[in-house]
Amino acid sequence: MTSPAAGAIDCDVHAALPGTHVLLPYLDDYWREHVVMRGLDHDNLNTSNYPPGAPISGRPDWRPAKGDPGSDLGLLRKQALDGFGTRFAILNVIHGAQIMFSEDLSAALCRAINDWIAAEWLDRDPRLRASIVVPIHSPELAAQEIERKAEDRRFVQVLMLAMAEMPLGRRANWPIYRAAQRHDLPIGIHAGSAYRHPPTSIGWPSYLLEDYVAQSAGFATTLSSLVAEGVFVEFPSLRVVLLESGVTWLPAYLWRLNKTWRGIRAEVPWLDRAPADYIREHVRLTIQPFDQPPEQRQLERIIEQIGSDEMLLFSTDYPHWHFDGTDAIPDGMPAHLMRKLLVDNPLKTYSRLSKEPVR
Amino acid sequence: MTSMVVERAPEASIETKLGFVDCDIHPYMKAPGELDPFLSARWREHRRTIGSRGRQGLAYTAAYPRMSPANGMRLDGWPPGGGVPGSDLAFMREQLLDQFGVTGGIMLPLLGRASDERNVEFGVAMARAVNDWMAHCWSDPEPRLRGSIQVTAEDPAAAIAEIEHRAGDRRFAQVQLPPRGLEPLGRRRYWPIFEAAAANGFPVALHLGGSSGHASTGSGWPSFYHEEHPSYVQSMEALVTSLVIEGVFEHVPTLKVVLVEGGFAWLPALTWRLDKHWERLRAEVPHVKRPPSEYIHEHIWVTTQPIEEPERPQDLMHTFEWIGWDQVMFSTDYPHWDQDDPRFAIKVNLPADKKRMLFRDNARALYGFA
Amino acid sequence: MARHVVATLDEIAPGTCKIVTVAGREIGIFNVASQFYGLINRCPHGGAPLCRGRIHGRMEAAAPGQYRLTRPGEMLRCPWHGWEFDIRTGQSWCDPDNVRVRSYAVSVEPGETLAKGPFVADTVSVTVDQHYIVVDL
Repeated sequence: MTSPAAGAIDCDVHAALPGTHVLLPYLDDYWREHVVMRGLDHDNLNTSNYPPGAPISGRPDWRPAKGDPGSDLGLLRKQALDGFGTRFAILNVIHGAQIMFSEDLSAALCRAINDWIAAEWLDRDPRLRASIVVPIHSPELAAQEIERKAEDRRFVQVLMLAMAEMPLGRRANWPIYRAAQRHDLPIGIHAGSAYRHPPTSIGWPSYLLEDYVAQSAGFATTLSSLVAEGVFVEFPSLRVVLLESGVTWLPAYLWRLNKTWRGIRAEVPWLDRAPADYIREHVRLTIQPFDQPPEQRQLERIIEQIGSDEMLLFSTDYPHWHFDGTDAIPDGMPAHLMRKLLVDNPLKTYSRLSKEPVR
Repeated sequence: MTSMVVERAPEASIETKLGFVDCDIHPYMKAPGELDPFLSARWREHRRTIGSRGRQGLAYTAAYPRMSPANGMRLDGWPPGGGVPGSDLAFMREQLLDQFGVTGGIMLPLLGRASDERNVEFGVAMARAVNDWMAHCWSDPEPRLRGSIQVTAEDPAAAIAEIEHRAGDRRFAQVQLPPRGLEPLGRRRYWPIFEAAAANGFPVALHLGGSSGHASTGSGWPSFYHEEHPSYVQSMEALVTSLVIEGVFEHVPTLKVVLVEGGFAWLPALTWRLDKHWERLRAEVPHVKRPPSEYIHEHIWVTTQPIEEPERPQDLMHTFEWIGWDQVMFSTDYPHWDQDDPRFAIKVNLPADKKRMLFRDNARALYGFA
Repeated sequence: MARHVVATLDEIAPGTCKIVTVAGREIGIFNVASQFYGLINRCPHGGAPLCRGRIHGRMEAAAPGQYRLTRPGEMLRCPWHGWEFDIRTGQSWCDPDNVRVRSYAVSVEPGETLAKGPFVADTVSVTVDQHYIVVDL
């Protein structure tokens, strides 16, 4: 069976650590001893967003015999790359390293993850690319890590989470965006919470399902923040990619933000265009999961309402379970969008993909 | 981007023939002492000395100051005889009730702060006082107006007593719960309140506002009112998710919930999202026996304000269809700055039967208006 | 088109507005630095009595955090949803190409000319030494 996505660029694939112990060779002496002292090498620092055993975290036929979903390179090559005929796949590691309260421990683990993924994944398959994992609550150390890894052009983006300690647009975060813009790296914002705050404004829900559903709201408020704070005014060539957002919530939220701006513009007077204009120019979304309406006509309307054929990027979200077989493209996606979605939009978003990687 | 019509003729049928029911009207007090006759001596004294205490930094001002005075009133809403907008019945008649031929109006008082008062006993006293004030000062002189029963969610026994106290009183149309409570409203601790509302024939209204103490985004506190105002949408999404997924509608199958002041265009995509991910994770929530969309369609009504204004106005029609015409009710939010005028707010031509549903019939059926 | 005397000059101080009815239409007459402008008193967005909004300057920023106030007294903020309009042109800030309030030509005529001329002046007492504000409609 030929994948409908052959030759595509898969913009969201998850590699997982088999365990924190794999990072030991990539930590300096101080942090190696520190990590061992605290027993973290026997832990995998999974985040509460994706319990490894949950159905959403690993498709049954994509689970390795041993270890967390996404932790087996051979399986990932066979299933995510060969299985879809993928030209490039961008690896996004979701790991507790990003959200530790200690900025320094967070930074040390993130450095190790980036070096590990370069040596043990990117070096072993030329189709693989990765996002730079950063200590998201330390803009200063995150910017340093971007500077350190940016010269390896197989790193094509900087990875953040939708729900962090403070809204992502806040000026305190701007060193991250300054470094990303300087190196032509998009900011990838992945579903997930650091759980510094309840994942909803009404408090802590009971179930994982509620947390997961709330991710789309997290993306929406993150967009509000990036726009209102003027991130796209300050960093005019910055691109933002929403990874695993669900997508179909976007049009109604664009209407809401535009209406808000018309009345409340004077509070954020640096915005000289409607929020939807900034979002359509700067923001991209990966297509899995796709919160699909029951009728095809509805899907077509949503695509029309998104109002740009440049915003959607192909993804499988491997090994997360949102579809079966190779049905990664939602039924009814208009034919004229396919080429853009699969290849053109990703190449335009990740300009580093178009050039031969140089180490 | 194209936009609004200049000098469009007002939709005149609304004021003359429709028998419009407004599902969101905010009455205010001319002075804080208006509640004193309805408070005991002890709580009158408390109100004067300590006063209301919510879960936010500013004592008397919205945490995100609005863009117009008095916490965001429409500038032409100030009564000529004095007082803040919404505090003068004669002027409310002139600007709203008579102007648009309102046959029924649902009052949702945002005062007294019973809902999120940290001193729960004081909250209970204030809830009762505001309810008495609504009945005596508004519904008695103006029977078109009906109140929303204020209760303190953190004291379910007192909330139930208050609901039972108002049961059968035609001056009250529904129970109003604070949407941003200490915990998501679907949690079991709140179920007895839902049971009491349903048992006494009251829908439950959830009107955005109040201070839960939780940040208004999953990423913490935003900087601007420009972020806070649209975050009502995400709070509404979280409320719907909580009520459905925690199993409230399985537990109270006759419960009806009205969402007020969060708009509505977000609801279809949320419904699709819930259905999709429930399918994947349903083993975690075996008490949710049917697809979430079914509970939403049976149990939840939305009011229109602040109405979404799609870039292509006609898209609003699709949104109504996707939600279901029988679940949408028009609301003005008088006298707030972002209120909607029934003659101008909907920028597409509604078929006559749909117009009757949105402006009158859905609300009459839900609230049992004659 | 007729010419309507709507006010005497000293009735509308700089920075204020008077709402008048001309040929059945409510029009706000604004005095912006002693220049007079007329806008129809209905917001093209949501139907508000626009001219009862607040007169203010343009709040601008070249970059985030770099606030500046320009053109003091030349903008009108709708009393409801806060849309901003340029009093001189009726153009909306947010969507100047598509949204504007209908504006009317307003002129100031010497009182003597008016008293002798063929103008409608039923809302204003005509006194020879005063100046009148006139709307063309």
